[in-house]
Formats: sequence, structure tokens, C-alpha cells
Amino acid sequence: MNVLAWLDRLGRALLAVFEDLGRFFYVMAQAALWTPRRPFDGREWMRQMVRVGWDTIPVVLLTCLFTGMVLALQTFRGFERFHAEGFVGSVVALSLTRELAPVLTGLMAAGRVGSAMAAELGTMRVTEQIDALYAMATEPIHYLVVPRVNASILMLPLLTLVGDAIGIFGGWLVSVGLFGANSYIYLERTFQFLEVNDVTSGLIKAAFFGLILSVTGCSKGFYTTGGAEGVGRSTTAAVVQACLYILLSDFFLTRVLF
Amino acid sequence: MSNSEPGPRISVVDLVKSFGDKRVLDGVNLDVMVGESVVVVGGSGAGKTVLIKHMIGLMHPDSGQVVMDGVDLTTASPQAALEVRKRCGMSFQEGALFDSMTVFDNIAFPIRRHRDVGPGAVAARVRECLGLVRLEGVEDKLPAELSGGMRRRVGFARAIALEPMILLFDEPTTGLDPINTAAIATVIDRLRRQLSVSLVTITHDMSLAFRVADRIAMIRRGRIVAVGEPEAFRASPDPYVQAFLKGEVPEEEEEMA
Repeated sequence: MNVLAWLDRLGRALLAVFEDLGRFFYVMAQAALWTPRRPFDGREWMRQMVRVGWDTIPVVLLTCLFTGMVLALQTFRGFERFHAEGFVGSVVALSLTRELAPVLTGLMAAGRVGSAMAAELGTMRVTEQIDALYAMATEPIHYLVVPRVNASILMLPLLTLVGDAIGIFGGWLVSVGLFGANSYIYLERTFQFLEVNDVTSGLIKAAFFGLILSVTGCSKGFYTTGGAEGVGRSTTAAVVQACLYILLSDFFLTRVLF
Repeated sequence: MSNSEPGPRISVVDLVKSFGDKRVLDGVNLDVMVGESVVVVGGSGAGKTVLIKHMIGLMHPDSGQVVMDGVDLTTASPQAALEVRKRCGMSFQEGALFDSMTVFDNIAFPIRRHRDVGPGAVAARVRECLGLVRLEGVEDKLPAELSGGMRRRVGFARAIALEPMILLFDEPTTGLDPINTAAIATVIDRLRRQLSVSLVTITHDMSLAFRVADRIAMIRRGRIVAVGEPEAFRASPDPYVQAFLKGEVPEEEEEMA
């Protein structure tokens, strides 16, 4: 009896996971299908790009600045032990462009933008606004999800570029300002080992993270049930899952891209 | 002109829908003629809202058909169903206005989306629709700034923006005070007389039903148990209809709510 109850719970949990994944891929496929269709709503695309891109710049600036600074701080202390302080710039630049800037930007955007998408679409669902769209012969996926997903795919790489730059600046600030490194040598070392591929692979990752966080946010919002409480649940789930998916996919993307 | 094409505008045929093991619609049959106003009444949980959501394709039945202007919504391609829906307008229980948009943009939304007209024509049509629901001077307000009754009337204005042939009203007076209820009934009655549309209204408000109906249908436990013109309906021998008219709903129905 106890075993049966346990199996029952396990089965339900598994079903919930598959239902969730199914919705994720369904929303992603639908968004892809509807993206090229008319009418093209330029105003809504623009609005979403501003919200995902421009409005997220402050948190990305702050996160990546301090990450660059702390990276320099840590590596300087470590590299000092075997007299390799000269390579701090290279380490900061490589870590940021390949890994930290895209992942941190993705996580920050998931918290800021993915959650907002889940809350907004969730509220629209429980107040029948999504039904109203449908009743007005407007496919909700086309009007709501397509601009959000595409804006995220386009904006996350740009945000990451900003993060790369400010993070490298943060590393320079600490090395030169705090440890008295030679500014010219530091900058030369920074770019000496940095290849174009380091930056572009980071940007490709960022675009994937944009896709993941927006599809998670949209599908969570889209399938919200249960009033205000349901909207809260969807929002939390959107952030947690988007972060999880970003960190999991990061490993596999890195494996494939390098 | 609408009389030149006889026959039903919407045909609901043997509609069955279950949620889990609860059968919400259990073989519903209902025709709405061209230019006719049908009111579906019933207690909470009787399947009214589920029925109207099937009529516009917001839900898909387990079996049965919804035929609108000759197109079966249950088997039509998404594109064909979308075309049919352009000829429908639906007003939702709480209005379902887009709360990030002004009243003007809400009503203009379907026009901008489906009609290739300039801003002047859009504005003229928005004003015309607001006039039909007796609202003016609210164009620049956000839905949150309006009263419940006004929000619903804006919802009506949005529903008629594309000059639909079919108008669906989901519980248009639920939760409103008597004055607003009367105002809503007046507006629906006006729309029914001034526009050549078929109307389907879902309500449990009998005074509204008698005010705007050409025919009244009673739904109970997922079936239409009585249907007829208002006077015939009032005289129905069905004990449940009589109880409902007197405002007495048997206990067994309440637990389904």
C-alpha cells in the first residue's frame, strides 16, 4: 500500500515534468512557426526589445562590473604565488567573454525579464485577456509570444557584449587602481590571448539563454491557472526553471561550441 | 438583407465535453438563427460558460460539432477558424480589456489588426462604437480607472468594432449593481435592434433574459432542458424551469457550482 502510494506520487511528479517540457517545446515550436507570419507587429517588437535590452542594462552593468573586479582580485592573489600576475588580464577577459558574462546576463535577465513575462501573460490568462485576443481572431502566440521570444534572442547577445566590456573594465580598474599593475601591459595581455571565437561563442550562448528564458517565461504565463495565486506560482517557477535550464544547457553548449 | 439567407448562423450539435470525470456538456443541441437573440440561462456550474467558449472555438469538445456559417469549428483548420472568428465578437465576464492599453487602443485593437484603414477611420469607428454603448469621454482612460459596468460596456464596444455577424455575451451583468444591470440590459437591447447580428447571451439573470431574448434556452447538468420564446418559456411545465423563474434552485444543483 505504501509502495503504491509512493509510486503514485513518483508517477505524478514525472508526468508533471513531461507536461512542463511538452509545453516548453510546444510554445517554442509555435513561436518559430508564427514568427514569419503577417501581420508583423513592429511596435510590439520594439517595445519588447526596449524592455529586454535597454531596461536590463543597469543590472547587467552592475553584475558584470563587480564580477570583473572580483575576478581580478581573486586571480591576482592566486597568480601572485607563482609570479604570474601579468596574466590576470587574460584570465579576466577569457572567463568573462566565454563564460561569465553570458551566464550572468542570462540569469539576471531570467530574473528581471522572464519573471515579468510569466506574470504579465499569467495575469492576462486568468483575466481572460488571452481568450479575448483569440476571440478577436488574433493568435495569442503570434501577438504575445513571438515579439517577446525574438526580442530576447536579439537582445541577450547585445547585453552580453556590454557585460564583456564593463567586466574587462572592472578587472582593469582593480588591477591598475588597487594593485598598481601597468595599464598598458595589462590591456595588451587582455587582448593578446583573446580570440574572436571567445567572444562569438559567448554571444551564441547568450542568444540561446534568451530563447530559454523567454520561452520558459511565456509558457509558464500562458498555461497559468488559479487566479492571483497561480500567477505567483508561475512567476516563481519561470525564474527557477529558466535559471536551471540556463545552467544545465550552459555545460552542453560549451561542450559543443569549443 | 440578413433575412435573405435563412437557416442557422450557429448550430451546436450533440456537444459533449468532460473535465476529468465530470461531464460538463452532455449532448447540447442549439441553433441560433440569422438575426436572432438567444439567451442561455442556468445555474452556476450548469455548463453555460463552457458552452459559449465552445461556440467561438476557445475550447474543443470531446465530440459533437459547432457549425458557424457552414464551417465546422471543431474540424476546421486554424486558419479557417480564424477567418470565421473575424465575424464574431465576444464580450467576457469581467470585460477582459487589455489593462496596459487605453480604452481607445482597446477598441481600436481589432480594427488596426484586421482592417486596412487610416488613423482617422479608426478613430471614427471607435467613437461610433463607444456611442453605441453610450459612453463618451473615456477614450484616454485606462481600464483600471473605469467602474465595473463601464468596463463591460467598453468590452461590448470592442466586441462590435469589426461589425460582427455574431455577438456572444458571457454573463454580462454578473456582479453588477441593479442600476448598472439595467443599463447593460438597455445597451444589449439597443445593439440587438440597431445591428443586424445574431446574439448569444449567457446569464442567470432572468430579467435580462426576458428583456433581450427572442428565444430562451435553459441548460441544466450539461443539457438543454427547455427552449422557447419568452412567453412559452415562462409557461413551461418543466418544474426546474418554474423553480428557476421563482429564484429557487434545488440544493442538488448548488453543490455543482
